[in-house]
Amino acid sequence: MALILNEEQKMLKDSANEFLAINAPVEQFRTLRDNNYQPFDQDLWKAIVEMGWTALTFPEEYNGLNFGFVGLGQVMEEMGKNLTKAPLFSSIVLGGTSLIHSTNNALKESWIPALMDGTKRLAFALDEQSYFDPTSIATTALKTANGFIINGRKKMVIDGGSADAFIVVAKTEENELGLFLVDADSNGITSTTEVLLDAGTYAQIEFNDVTIDASDRLSEIEEGNELLNKINNTAAICLAAEMLGMITAAYGQTIAYLQERQQFGKRIGSYQALQHRAAKLFCEIELCKSIVLKALQALDEGTTNLDELASLAKAKLGETLKIVSNEAMQMHGGIGVTDDVNIGFYFKRARVAQRLFGDYNYHLDRYARLNDY
Amino acid sequence: METTMKTALEDFRLETRQWLEENCPASMRTPVKDSGDFFWGGRNATFQHEDQKIWFERMLKKKWIVPYWDTKYGGGGLSDAENNILTQEMTRLGCRKPIFSFGISMLGPALHKFATEEQKMRFLPEITAGKTWWCQGYSEPNAGSDLAGLQTKAEDMGDHYLINGSKVWTSYADKSDWIFCLVRTDFDAPKHNGISFLLIDMASVGVSTRPIKLISGKSPFCETFFDNVKVPKENLIGTLNEGWTIAKYLLTHERQMIGGVGETDVRRELHEIAKESLPLKDGVLADAVLRSEIAVQGMNDSIFEMTIQRIMDEAKTGVNAGALSSFFKYYGTEQNVSRMELMTAITGSDGLVWESENEDAKVQTRLFCRSKGNTIEGGTSEIQLGIIAKRILNLPS
Repeated sequence: MALILNEEQKMLKDSANEFLAINAPVEQFRTLRDNNYQPFDQDLWKAIVEMGWTALTFPEEYNGLNFGFVGLGQVMEEMGKNLTKAPLFSSIVLGGTSLIHSTNNALKESWIPALMDGTKRLAFALDEQSYFDPTSIATTALKTANGFIINGRKKMVIDGGSADAFIVVAKTEENELGLFLVDADSNGITSTTEVLLDAGTYAQIEFNDVTIDASDRLSEIEEGNELLNKINNTAAICLAAEMLGMITAAYGQTIAYLQERQQFGKRIGSYQALQHRAAKLFCEIELCKSIVLKALQALDEGTTNLDELASLAKAKLGETLKIVSNEAMQMHGGIGVTDDVNIGFYFKRARVAQRLFGDYNYHLDRYARLNDY
Repeated sequence: METTMKTALEDFRLETRQWLEENCPASMRTPVKDSGDFFWGGRNATFQHEDQKIWFERMLKKKWIVPYWDTKYGGGGLSDAENNILTQEMTRLGCRKPIFSFGISMLGPALHKFATEEQKMRFLPEITAGKTWWCQGYSEPNAGSDLAGLQTKAEDMGDHYLINGSKVWTSYADKSDWIFCLVRTDFDAPKHNGISFLLIDMASVGVSTRPIKLISGKSPFCETFFDNVKVPKENLIGTLNEGWTIAKYLLTHERQMIGGVGETDVRRELHEIAKESLPLKDGVLADAVLRSEIAVQGMNDSIFEMTIQRIMDEAKTGVNAGALSSFFKYYGTEQNVSRMELMTAITGSDGLVWESENEDAKVQTRLFCRSKGNTIEGGTSEIQLGIIAKRILNLPS
């Protein structure tokens, strides 16, 4: 398969680019932050639903557009450029993917339409530590006569403060992981939110003897680990797409600055010390574009080495975004570390995005293990 | 229509795969150790062993020495799509290229673009038949990174040019039949506007070569001297004094070649070698630092390969990838240099053997030394970064 976008995907990317430049530029991010860290703009969310972005990855049998993850990845990339805040990642990428790969048809039928039309939102409750480790989950789901009792503490739940329900990853009596859908207003749930470096709100949620029906289990017995792995791969790849957008924007603004800023009577972009650093970043960004597209295509095709591509994408983008966001500030000089310009926003969001669903070290290690060394 | 085309390509793939499996000798499907393993062709062509000869002759008969050139020049006349399939299938089976030839990778594209039909008919069929070993006369003792500062002189003597001067870093000049050469034909014009592109028979009176011994102990490069060498005027390619345009065009192909674009031979994975040579702990390499360095190398090698594919795919849709050859050259050679450093770290004292009965260890040490030239030859990494900064990023001078 050619490693390029087809015409339809290009059109979607262009329309997302135009739409966000008008409706959700970085200034909107600043306004939301300055307005008591509002998680997102409700009108924007409605407009995003109308654009069809929430329906891109759902199959036709649920009236989805079946357009695929290459398409959604283009939207994520454009959102990354603008640091657009919207629950697309939490509710559609994480929540939606959980449902797409689930075999629980009743849950799919009741939730997918509501996710697509934006009336309901899901949040994904996985992390329990300050680092990403999907293998050490202490939260439990114990069987009762007609359902499960959930106990445990989750953190870093993206958009968890305003979701209608959570998808909770918990250990089952079969000693595997299971995924359960838990209404946010269930008895026994206490939730607090924290604002992180990126001005995003993340929930810490405690589940205290929360009872759910047997029909709220998303994963079948012995299939929970595999389902979680699919969601984690999808999350890593979609985050990588968003990170590519951030890289493109921060780098583009930096190159523009090098072209215009004058010191010692010359434009600073004429100095070889800066030219070579900028050119090296260019090369790394070329690699980033390739792995993101390759991994997105693999999501749509169901390629066998998806684990490896997901880890390559998240590792490469994480490391490159770290370097680009640092270089962007350094090359902007003093103005780069002020809150007046946007370049610092990319650095702040970068550090959070780098960490979500596994950082560089995690994915480099996973890549090595997948290759058996 | 599209379905028919797809079916035809699928058929071509199956036929190609079958043909390669039946015709490529097993020893020609092993990774090449160094440039001495290649067949180079030429007037005095020598094969190292029978399999190499069989493989070359079968590919020659199939017209697949240069599969994508026009049949009138002895090429295979394959479409881009067919040629891609052939490359993919050769890579899949690990088939070596039947010949290593600067005529194919560098001069050929320049002749296609700038030579007259008569010149093409004269030189291209000799290349596709593997009969001419071409070398490149670009750099001079005082014109390295500043290539356009070259001083080798070509005087117009009416019916011929008279060449005086010297070239350096001429790959295999001592074994080559012909040289494609940049010469100065106007000393008064600004330096880029007085250069011409000339083809010179190395058997001409007044041409001499002297090998340069590298830190690897080998001599893939020479100095080449021109002492009152007469060159027929019909050997001028393109327009007089406009050779720099050809030079630059050809350099984009050289950079891609050095950067590894279009390679078909399969290299062994570093981690496989590491697992054979080094202790493991809990199933992974015990040396955690080396393990992560190998993973970084593997990550970037693998994504660089995807990037070559992506940029080639984009080029097919009409996106101009010309300036990106500097990216290929820079990144590909930096990767190769770091790969060789890692190989040396992985193989320990075996990777330091200089003279020994252990032929493999010896070859690796010398390749390690040779790799240090990769980020210099064909334009240093610094020159490539400068080109990226100016031509792609539009940074000011």
